[in-house]
Amino acid sequence: MPFGNTHNQLKMNYSAEQEYPDLSKHNNHMAKVLTPEMYASLRDKQTPSGFTLDDVIQTGVDNPGHPFIMTVGCVAGDEETYEVFKDLLDPIIEDRHGGYKPTDKHKTDLNPDNLQGGDDLDPNYVLSSRVRTGRSIRGFCLPPHCSRGERRGIESLSVEALGVLDGDLNGKYYALKDMTDEEQQQLIDDHFLFDKPVSPLLLASGMARDWPDGRGIWHNDNKTFLVWVNEEDHLRVISMQKGGNMKEVFNRFCTGLTKIEELFKEKGHEFMWNEHLGYVLTCPSNLGTGLRGGVHVKLPNVSKHEKFGEILKRLRLQKRGTGGVDTAAVGGVFDISNADRLGFSEVELVQMVVDGVKLLVEMEKRLEAGQSIDDLMPEQK
Amino acid sequence: MASSFAKMMSSRGLLMASIGAGAVATGYLLSDSAVISAEQRRKLYPPSADFPDLRKHNNCMSSALTPAIYAKLRDRITPNNWTLDQCIQTGVDNPGHPFIKTVGMVAGDEESYEVFAEIFDPVIKDRHNGYDPKTMKHPTDLDASKIHSGVFDEHYVLSSRVRTGRSIRGLSLPPACSRSERREVERVTVQALAGLKGDLSGRYYSLTEMSDADQQTLIDDHFLFDKPVSPLLTCAFMARDWPDARGIWHNNEKTFLIWINEEDHTRVISMEKGGNMKRVFERFCRGLKQVEKLIQERGWEFMWNEHLGYILTCPSNLGTGLRAGVHVRLPKLSKDPRFGKILDNLRLQKRGTGGVDTAAVGDTFDISNLDRLGKSEVELVQMVVDGVNYLIECEKKLEKGQDIKIPAPIQFFKK
Repeated sequence: MPFGNTHNQLKMNYSAEQEYPDLSKHNNHMAKVLTPEMYASLRDKQTPSGFTLDDVIQTGVDNPGHPFIMTVGCVAGDEETYEVFKDLLDPIIEDRHGGYKPTDKHKTDLNPDNLQGGDDLDPNYVLSSRVRTGRSIRGFCLPPHCSRGERRGIESLSVEALGVLDGDLNGKYYALKDMTDEEQQQLIDDHFLFDKPVSPLLLASGMARDWPDGRGIWHNDNKTFLVWVNEEDHLRVISMQKGGNMKEVFNRFCTGLTKIEELFKEKGHEFMWNEHLGYVLTCPSNLGTGLRGGVHVKLPNVSKHEKFGEILKRLRLQKRGTGGVDTAAVGGVFDISNADRLGFSEVELVQMVVDGVKLLVEMEKRLEAGQSIDDLMPEQK
Repeated sequence: MASSFAKMMSSRGLLMASIGAGAVATGYLLSDSAVISAEQRRKLYPPSADFPDLRKHNNCMSSALTPAIYAKLRDRITPNNWTLDQCIQTGVDNPGHPFIKTVGMVAGDEESYEVFAEIFDPVIKDRHNGYDPKTMKHPTDLDASKIHSGVFDEHYVLSSRVRTGRSIRGLSLPPACSRSERREVERVTVQALAGLKGDLSGRYYSLTEMSDADQQTLIDDHFLFDKPVSPLLTCAFMARDWPDARGIWHNNEKTFLIWINEEDHTRVISMEKGGNMKRVFERFCRGLKQVEKLIQERGWEFMWNEHLGYILTCPSNLGTGLRAGVHVRLPKLSKDPRFGKILDNLRLQKRGTGGVDTAAVGDTFDISNLDRLGKSEVELVQMVVDGVNYLIECEKKLEKGQDIKIPAPIQFFKK
C-alpha cells in the first residue's frame, strides 16, 4: 500500500522470532533463502516509498508453492526494492536465473538485424509467433504498491505516448472500465483481453487492487502489436502474428519498443533499467530482458518422446499449454518459449527460440516418418 | 481537476528530466534526490488524484464516501499505522450487487472507528437502522434467564445456534494484524479456553498442525472453517499468512465452539441439535462471561465501548455481533408469497443452510435476526424466539388449510 510503511514500526515491538513466517511447508525461492537471521536484519528496513520486507514476501508466505514448480515467492513494490532488500533478492535472482551473480552485468540488445534467420519456421507446424516483455516507468511504484493516483498517472502517460505511434503501429486504447460489451467480446475473440487476475500468486501481492481502475489494452489496427497497461507490470508489450515469421515479429517488437521508449523520454520519463538487472519489473523472474519469445507449435510426436524434457532443457526452452502459464497443452499443440530472462540479451534469447523451434520441428517430421532423432540431440546451450 | 493533474505531471516531468541524464550515465541507482519519498508522493498526488472510482458501486462505503471526506481522511493514520485506503480497499475492489448492499469497509484496529469516524459513522447509520454512534448508547445484556418461550417445536426446528465475535483489546484486527499479533491473539485465547471446566471443558485444534483424521471429524461436525474465498474477505487482507495462528476450539460435547483468527479475533458459537434456544443462549452467555473473566485475570480485555458495543472487524457486526438462528423446516410457508414480508416485519433474515451467501436446500431455512446494534443480546434473541414461534404457527395453520396473517412490523427504535 502506498504512502507509508503500513505497520512496520508497530511490528518492531515484537521480536523477529515472533514475526518470522512459518515456512515449514513452503517450496518457493523466497522460502529457500529467507532465514530467521536474514528476516531479523531486514525487517526494520523500508524503501523510500514505504515498501517493507513483509510486503515483498507476502505472496510467498500466502502461497507455499507446488512440489514440482518452484515459484519466486516475492515481488518488488518499486525500483528501490531490489537495492534495499538485496540480501534477500540477490540469492533469489542467482537461484532463479542460472547462477547470475550480484556483480554480473546484463546486456541489452534490441537490434533486430542481429537476429539470424527466424523468417522461415514451417507454418504447417508453427501456428503463431509471439514476443512479449514488460517495462516499468521510473519514479512510479510498481503494481503491488502503487496508489490509484500513480496507477492513473501511468495509464495517462502510456496512453499519451501510444497515441503518437503511427504507420503500422497506429492504434487505439481500450480502458477496461469504459469498455463496451462489443469491444470486450472482440478483444476476447482476438485473445487480447486480460482479466482481473485470479491466480493467488498475483492476488496475494496486492496487484489487483482497485480493479479495473487504470487498466487497459492498447493495440495497433493490424492487431499485431499490443500493450497491456497496469496488469502485473506497468506495461506489457507484445508483438504477435499467425504463422512462423518470428523475424518479423521481433522486428516489430524492437521497433515498437524503441519508439515507445523515445516517446516517454520526450515527456521526461524513462524506463526502470540498470546495467546489473537490466529492465526492472515487478517479479524477479522477469528481470533482465523480461522477454518471453515463443511459438504455438504442433509437436504431437516429439512431446511424447521420452527425451522431450531433456531436449527442451538443453535448448534452454520451456513448454506451456496454449492458454499460457499454468495451462496444459491441448491436442499436441505446445507453447514453446525461452526459459531464461536475465543474463542473455533479447537477440540471444529470440535466437535460441528460433534455432530451438527449428530443430523441434525437424524432430517432429522425423518421428512422423518413423525415423529416429538420436542424431539430432542437441548439446546443452 | 484535469488541468491540475496535467500541471502535476509536467512539474514531475521536469524533475525526472533534470536527473535523467545523470542516472543514465551512472546506469545503476538513482541518487537520493531523484527517489521520491512517501512524503513527497503524498504531495505529488493530492487526494483528488487518488479518489476511487465508485460510479459502478453499490455498498455502504460507496454511498457515504465523498471526495471531501476522502480528502480529509486520506492522510490520517491510526496509532497502529492503519489508513483509510486500507479500510475501504475491500469496498473499492468489490462493487457489490444490485440487490445486496454489502458494507464495503473494515476496521484495522479499535481506533479505526474513531480516527475515521467521518466515514464509519454514516456507514453504521446506513447499516444499522439509523443508529448514530455520536449520540446513542448500545445496551449489553447477557442474562439468559430473561428469555421466555425459548424452546421450539422440534418437528420444525432442527437445530439452534447463537454466534458472536470478540476482539482482544490492544491487538490489531485481522485485516491489519502482523503475524506476531495474530499469534498473540491465538495464545491469549487458547490459554483462557484451557481454563474452562465442566460442560465447557474442551480442546484446541490449530489449523497448521491438524491431523487428517481431526480435520475430517471437524468437517463432518460442520465445525471446520476454510481459508476465506470470498473476495469481500480476501480483499480486506484478512487471509494473509493462512493458516498461521488460525484454529478451532470446541468443548467435548461439541456444543460450544470458538474460531480463532478467521474474520475476527474470535468467533464464539453455541449450538445444538433441536429447538432448545434457551439452553443454547444460556450456555452462550455463561461461556462468554467465563472466557472474559479468564482473559481479564491475565490483564486482557475485550474491545468494547458504550456507543459501539463490542468492536469487530466488520461494521455490520458491531454492537452485539450476535446472530441467533435456527435451521427450520417451513415447506408450506416458504412457498407462500407473503413469506418475505413476514420475515421483514419480524426483523428476521433467511439464509441457506450453508450459511451466508448460500441457497436453501429443500424446505429448510436458516432464520436469524437481521439486527446487531442498538438492541441487547437478550432483546435480539427474544425477537428471534418470538419470530420463529410465529413462523411455526403460520406453518401449522397452513398445514390445516387455515389462513395466516402478516404481523405488524416491529419498530426497531421506539420513538
